[in-house]
Parts: sequence; C-alpha cells; structure tokens
Amino acid sequence: MTAFRALLRRELRLALRGGGDMLTLVLFFVIVGAIVPFAVGPDQELLARIAPGIVWIAAFLAMLLGLDRLFRPDHEDGTMILLRQAELPLSAIVAAKLIVHWLVTALPLIVASPLLAVLLAMEGDALWRTICSLLLGTPALAAFGALGAAVTVSIRRGALISPILLAPLSIPVLIFGTGAVSVGQSGAAMLFLAALSLMAVALAPFAAALAISSAED
Amino acid sequence: MTQRHLFPPLTLCAEALQCGRGGMALTAPLSLTVESGQCLLLRGPNGTGKTTLLLTLAGIVPPLEGKLAIKGRDEDARVLHYCGHRNAIKPRLTVAENLDFWAEVNGPSGTSVDEALGEVGLGHLAELDAGYLSAGQGRRLALARLLVSQRPLWLLDEPTAALDVEGHALVTRLLDRHLSLGGMAIAATHDAITLPDSDRVRTLFLGVGR
Repeated sequence: MTAFRALLRRELRLALRGGGDMLTLVLFFVIVGAIVPFAVGPDQELLARIAPGIVWIAAFLAMLLGLDRLFRPDHEDGTMILLRQAELPLSAIVAAKLIVHWLVTALPLIVASPLLAVLLAMEGDALWRTICSLLLGTPALAAFGALGAAVTVSIRRGALISPILLAPLSIPVLIFGTGAVSVGQSGAAMLFLAALSLMAVALAPFAAALAISSAED
Repeated sequence: MTQRHLFPPLTLCAEALQCGRGGMALTAPLSLTVESGQCLLLRGPNGTGKTTLLLTLAGIVPPLEGKLAIKGRDEDARVLHYCGHRNAIKPRLTVAENLDFWAEVNGPSGTSVDEALGEVGLGHLAELDAGYLSAGQGRRLALARLLVSQRPLWLLDEPTAALDVEGHALVTRLLDRHLSLGGMAIAATHDAITLPDSDRVRTLFLGVGR
C-alpha cells in the first residue's frame, strides 16, 4: 500500500510541477467549445441543442492530448523496466497512473465546463446534467485512453496512432454522454455511462499492463 | 565491514540459455552458475548480447531457449535490482524525492535515503531538481537506488559509464560490500572492475569467435 501511495504522490507531483500541461488542456477544451458559435452562427436555439455534443467532443479531444504523457516518459527514461521489479504488480502501477491521469486531465475539464456552458448558451439544468455526465463518463475515456497509450507506447509516433485505436471504443461513451445531457432519457443514459466507466476502469489496468510488458521485448 | 551474511544463500543457474531480441539469437547457448558472494563480469564487444542477457536474467525479455532458475529464493520476494543504461531519473523532482520514491516502491529495506545519497557523493545535492544532474551524477543516483532497498542479486549494465575515477572506486566499493554481505552481482562492463578479493570475480567473454 505504501508503494501505491508513493506512486500516486509521485505522479501528482510530476503533473502539478509541470503546471503548464494542465492549463493547456483546459484552454484547449474551452477554445474548442468557444469557436463553435463562430462556425455555426449565433443561433441560440441551435447552439443550445448541439451544446451537449460539443462539450463531449471538446472533452474527448482534450483528453486525447494528455494521453502521451501517461506512459511514454516512463518508458523512455527506463522507469518502466525498473517498476517491474517493484513490490507491486504492473497492473496496480497502471491503476495508480490511471487515477492520477483522471485527476489531472478530466477533473480540470469538469471544473471548467460551466464556462463552456455559458459560451454555448446552455440552461442551468442542462449544465448540471453535463457536469454529472462528465463525472460519470470521463473515467471510461481515461481508461480507454490508458489502453491506447499502453498499446502504442513503444511506437515512436504512437501519439498519432492511439486516437485511431480509441475512436471506436469511445463512441459508446460519447453517445451515452450526450444522451445523458439531453432531456428525456437522461436517467437511463447516466446508468449506461456509469456501467461503461466501471467496466473500463476495472479491466483497463490489466490489459494495459499486458501491453506494456510485451512492449519491452 | 563485518562478515555477517545478510542474504540467504542463493544460486542463479542458467542451462543452455539462449538470449535474443525480436526472435533473433544474439548469444550462443550459455550455461552459468553464480552463487552468493560471487560476481560475474560480462565482457565482449558491442552487440554481443550483454544487455540482452541481463534483461533475460531480469525476466524482462523471455529467453529463446534454455532454463533459468534462482535456487533458494522465497517465491514471493523480489530478489533483484536491475540497473540499466537509462537512469530513470525524473526532472522536476528533487534528488531526494527521486530516491525516496524508489525506496518506497521497492521497499525501504536498506539504508536511509540520506545515507545512500551521502555514500554515492550526492549528499549536498539532495534538494536540487534532478533534471540538473550531470550524466555522472545521474549514474550515482541510479546506484544509490541499489542501497535503499536490499536485494541479493544486482544486475548492472555498464555501472561505471560516465563515472570519474572516484566513481569507479565507488562502484568497486559498493560491489565489494554487497558481495561480502552474501549478495551476488552480474555486471556487463567495458571497464575493468578489480575487486580486492579476486576469488569472488569471474569473467564471461561473450561473442568470442564470431
């Protein structure tokens, strides 16, 4: 347990001292959402209708940006090889990294989402549902992202390939994510989103650990 | 140094072990045994499989053929330290934080972080951002990792690379102490490592007759 805590602490420190990275993600998230009204025109009704989709697309893209930091630096400086001699299994190491990845990429986006909601002329009620759906759905995006990052960790330009691998896996999250924001079937979509996240978070560490250990050969 | 043995007696046995990367064999089938208190030096030109052999012994690269066993080990315990080309040092963390992390992840069973840093000559840099360390200082930090967690088997890949004369003496001193505590070591090296007690050291030449 000490080893797990030490890993969490180190990952958090590295992410927070890299300060700029987190701000970049949030800015990217807000900018993607902010340019849409310019592209589709200032039609308030239309904007409010497509706003859930825009928020989710912005979140998906911003989370892709942060993926390359997840395993690649550790793979390249030799940390990954050494971690395999650590007192805890590789899957636990991946799990710790996944938790911190969510905290430093998804959580800032969720905190910044009210700003985006204002820019997209969302109602108060829809904003609340957006925050809930992001809270429930982003763990699944982070877990699938970890999987993609692990599979491509030994490929030099892996950052370009993992989005292609991730897109099909992320489609259900986007469908239920936007579904959870729109009025009507919100409750059921939230449940599906939660189920997706639970399943992805439970399975991804094992799959990613397998991918990483075979990448070393 | 006392002659008290810290580690249980272990024997590393490899039988007709053939190592390679990506399906291509790099070494002829090797048979070797290393016992507690012994050091095996791997010598040979570049590209003859020294690193691959170490990675195979560490269990990171599966052997192409042959058997590998460490007799006398406790199945649950981690028995080895691998110290590769890359130092695995994180910039943005201080030198002490880097070492502290490894002590906790590998189990703080050895000396304290402060003592280990003093031992490798980085005591005065503990609070420095590790990104500013020179290549040789980075190597010293990597060696300090071997001290904060006690493990009987050291697999060292070019331990003296980038080190100065005093650094070579440091590697020799650390190895000698490790062996007298009943540990064992396998080191790939281009520099001659001369231990005070030459009975403990054997040398394996790889890539002979190629």
